[in-house]
Amino acid sequence: MTGEVLVLAESSGPAFRKAALEAVTEGRRLADLLRVSEIVLAIGNGLKDPASELGKYGADKVILADDPLLAIFHPDYYRQIALEAIKRVNPSIILAAATSTGKDLAPRLAIHLDTAVASECTHLEMENGKLIATRPAYAGKVLLRVKVNSSPSIATLRPNVFTAREAVPGKKPTVEQIAFNRPDSRMIVKEFVTQGAKKLDLTEASVIVSGGRGMGGPQNYKILEELAEVMGGVVGASRASVDAGWRPHSDQVGQTGRTVSPMLYIAAGISGAIQHRVGMINSKVIVAINKDPEALIFGFADYGIVGDVFEVVPALTREMKAFYGKT
Amino acid sequence: MEGRRSLKIVVCVRRVPDTAARIRIASDGKSIDTSDAEFVINPYEEYALEQAVQLKEKHGGEVTVVTLGPEKTTQVIMKALALGADKAVHLKVDKIPEDPGSIARAIANELKGSEFDVLLFGKKGVDDDNQQVGPMVAELLGIPCITQIVKLDVSDGRGVAHREVEGGSITVETTLPAAFTAEKDLTVPRYASLRELVAARKKPIIVKDVQLRALSLEIISVQNPPPRPPGKIVGKGVDAVPTLVKLLHEEAKVI
Ligand SMILES: Cc1cc2nc3c(=O)[nH]c(=O)nc-3n(C[C@H](O)[C@H](O)[C@H](O)COP(=O)(O)OP(=O)(O)OC[C@H]3O[C@@H](n4cnc5c(N)ncnc54)[C@H](O)[C@@H]3O)c2cc1C
Ligand SMILES: Nc1ncnc2c1ncn2[C@@H]1O[C@H](COP(=O)(O)O)[C@@H](O)[C@H]1O
Repeated sequence: MTGEVLVLAESSGPAFRKAALEAVTEGRRLADLLRVSEIVLAIGNGLKDPASELGKYGADKVILADDPLLAIFHPDYYRQIALEAIKRVNPSIILAAATSTGKDLAPRLAIHLDTAVASECTHLEMENGKLIATRPAYAGKVLLRVKVNSSPSIATLRPNVFTAREAVPGKKPTVEQIAFNRPDSRMIVKEFVTQGAKKLDLTEASVIVSGGRGMGGPQNYKILEELAEVMGGVVGASRASVDAGWRPHSDQVGQTGRTVSPMLYIAAGISGAIQHRVGMINSKVIVAINKDPEALIFGFADYGIVGDVFEVVPALTREMKAFYGKT
Repeated sequence: MEGRRSLKIVVCVRRVPDTAARIRIASDGKSIDTSDAEFVINPYEEYALEQAVQLKEKHGGEVTVVTLGPEKTTQVIMKALALGADKAVHLKVDKIPEDPGSIARAIANELKGSEFDVLLFGKKGVDDDNQQVGPMVAELLGIPCITQIVKLDVSDGRGVAHREVEGGSITVETTLPAAFTAEKDLTVPRYASLRELVAARKKPIIVKDVQLRALSLEIISVQNPPPRPPGKIVGKGVDAVPTLVKLLHEEAKVI
């Protein structure tokens, strides 16, 4: 007998992350293929109202663990709740977003359930009742199709690759509360320091304007911030500029930084080394601005402008302002 | 030396093909041919190892490297020893299995019953990109695990770590023993000097054959990623900007 599809929906404050809604939408698709229900586990604080909105994305039922102590991810607390929900639901598939939380929690669950996780998946399909996941590996040089031989199959979904869709407007899921009894833990989650008042995380942004060594210094990122602001995007960076101390590591895109897949990635003064490429090659559209026509980045950018960032970027900002002003 | 007691530190190190290396799909269509590749220590473990050595320098103690891999992993072990580890345990297998659970069980078996305070991993293998082995080993051993850390302080049997997460950083305190997975900014790795490379040859390496259990996660095929449609150079300098915006709107439809 096939079990249900269970989706772990991550929240950020009293709202679900976009990546969680993507997972719920994809979970609905799999549940339909398997003709089972989709059950969403929501863990966080202040999620009562948002939880009932999950029906729109396909959830039949939401199991809700809502407690101030759950506002920030604590591995022991979240693990306990997830295992309790899994016991209730007995799912055959478990999905989570491949965020820092999802990727911390999923392997822990796999050990307790004696099963395996396919990480950072970019595509899922069902074959004879088994989950087959596609995931990039070896710096994006290959795509692996992997199968989890044990049940439940767990997969984490790379943010921004699957689309979140309100396919069933007006649908209200049943909401079942799960009591949180704080377990003993040797870990204390002390505080969450946000990086300023901003800003979408790179992995969730739909527009990223990244600068590299060609930006020449930290002060010059201002022109990228202006462009990002006009487009509702965020600023990223290459490792060369992070290692130079111009930008924080959390802005770094690439193999030892974030893996991003925005709608639009604008690389300014970035040469396009393989270790950078692997972090952004899944962007829908890549634009490169570089003064060297031979730069590697032009080999895989969809659109390139050969030119000086200090001329082209401000011009692009002006043009975008005009464009958005019109529409 | 500060602190009351010296630390036993274990660092789990993975041998990976250099990212710049050419990777080919093997003739069976379900594995990777790395015969042309040069192998290196997984970059994230360089941060972990440096953290281990710094903790040893501060508190005193010993750093042991544990690695599961084929015969040729010796090269990577030598590098780790040159970077400051004191000894190594090489869990020998024909090839590193694709199932992180299988790796984690072999490592946990090795560590079970041994005494350590701090267990360090890299955040992820840059080849398989799984990001699983660290928390899996910790769960198997029943110890706390803090992932993706950019800062670690240890004193009096406790560790305080900063995790880098979406939108900020989380401070987590734990009792020891505990496991941690290293993010890039944890430390600035040092370079091994020639003298240290020579000294590494005298450090002990314990080699053990291990049996892996049946894989729970299996690769069924390996494909080349679909080629990106050929890009175009829109033009030179500021003059190309209006065309770019038009293309992004009308052709690519992303704005
Ligand atoms: C283990 C490992 C992991 C790594 N991980 C990462 C990673 O996660 N992310 C990452 O990015 N890199 C990573 N790297 C580094 C990577 O190999 C490159 O060194 C790095 O990406 C280069 O950054 P860059 O393109 O900004 O600098 P450069 O390669 O120096 O390129 C600068 C570019 O700017 C252009 N330029 C200069 N001035 C101007 C101007 N005025 N106008 C227009 N263009 C201009 C130049 O033509 C050049 O193409 C890693 C390397 C290793 C070994
Ligand atoms: N074969 C291995 N031997 C020792 N440690 C490993 C091995 N594979 C993975 N690890 C450790 O686990 C971390 C995460 O790896 P992974 O889950 O494969 O991405 C790595 O950074 C290493 O610290």
